[in-house]
Amino acid sequence: MSTLTEQLKNQIIQELNLVDINPADVNPDAPLFDYDGLGLDSIDALELTVILSKHYGIKVTDPAKMKQAFFSLNTLADFITEHQAAAVAA
Amino acid sequence: METSIIASCAIRGHQIFLNGTLRYEAPAAASLTEFLVGAYRHFGLSYPKFFKMDVLCKLAFLTAELLLPATGILDRLDAGGIGVVLANRSSSLLTDLAHQQSIQEADNHFPSPAVFVYTLPNIAIGEISIRHQLSGENTLFVADAYSPDTLQAYVAQLLAEGSCQACLCGWLEAGLTSHETFFYVVESHEPSSTTRRPHHVPALETLYAQPLY
Repeated sequence: MSTLTEQLKNQIIQELNLVDINPADVNPDAPLFDYDGLGLDSIDALELTVILSKHYGIKVTDPAKMKQAFFSLNTLADFITEHQAAAVAA
Repeated sequence: METSIIASCAIRGHQIFLNGTLRYEAPAAASLTEFLVGAYRHFGLSYPKFFKMDVLCKLAFLTAELLLPATGILDRLDAGGIGVVLANRSSSLLTDLAHQQSIQEADNHFPSPAVFVYTLPNIAIGEISIRHQLSGENTLFVADAYSPDTLQAYVAQLLAEGSCQACLCGWLEAGLTSHETFFYVVESHEPSSTTRRPHHVPALETLYAQPLY
């Protein structure tokens, strides 16, 4: 698991108050919005956009396009990496 | 039809009472969150959303979680026949303040959706209703103090007109310096010779004042 994925997992667990979840048990490829993953709900999806803005400076302007990025911890980490690379290139 | 108070549950300080019996107590040094989470674990509850709730909803959830199963109404009544009528003083003040602080500074403006959803006190009724699939009448009054007269009159009317067959009622308060709950269930039934606690204001005053009664 990449450092970014690990960092994301801990930020999500902490900021979404997922007290009963053991970080070591979370599969980074499991769907975030499924109980095989973190069991997130629609309010948590909004909270993820806050995490992206607060910690990574990424403003989500079209939530509909986030479905793929929000699929799993790894897809979210990929989205952040790509966004940061694009920002550096620009 | 007659109406009776069939069960009650109260949280006072770091103690939880069910039908006059102390069921859980946390050390006085425990924080409110430690007390609430400690009670959740003590009673072996399994509802991960509990941890996302604000203090007001955690108080309401825990009280209802102990009280409702003790009444049997979830088994013998339709979900649409169970109402919820609560009252409190501080509305959702604690969460309102948390939300306000998150938008206080223009250069550190990160309002949390998970906090914002709890900036209404009747969300506590929503959490209870979702948990137990209740779909009956519901209301939350904001009042200066616990008023058994208002609650009794309103709930008696709901039961008399048949809007519900039973009602989860009570006082739910989470303020800056104190918290408490006092929930009870009222049910309408055919007249019987069995001794029951009547749904009268004096009974509500006694139960509120003496959780061990």
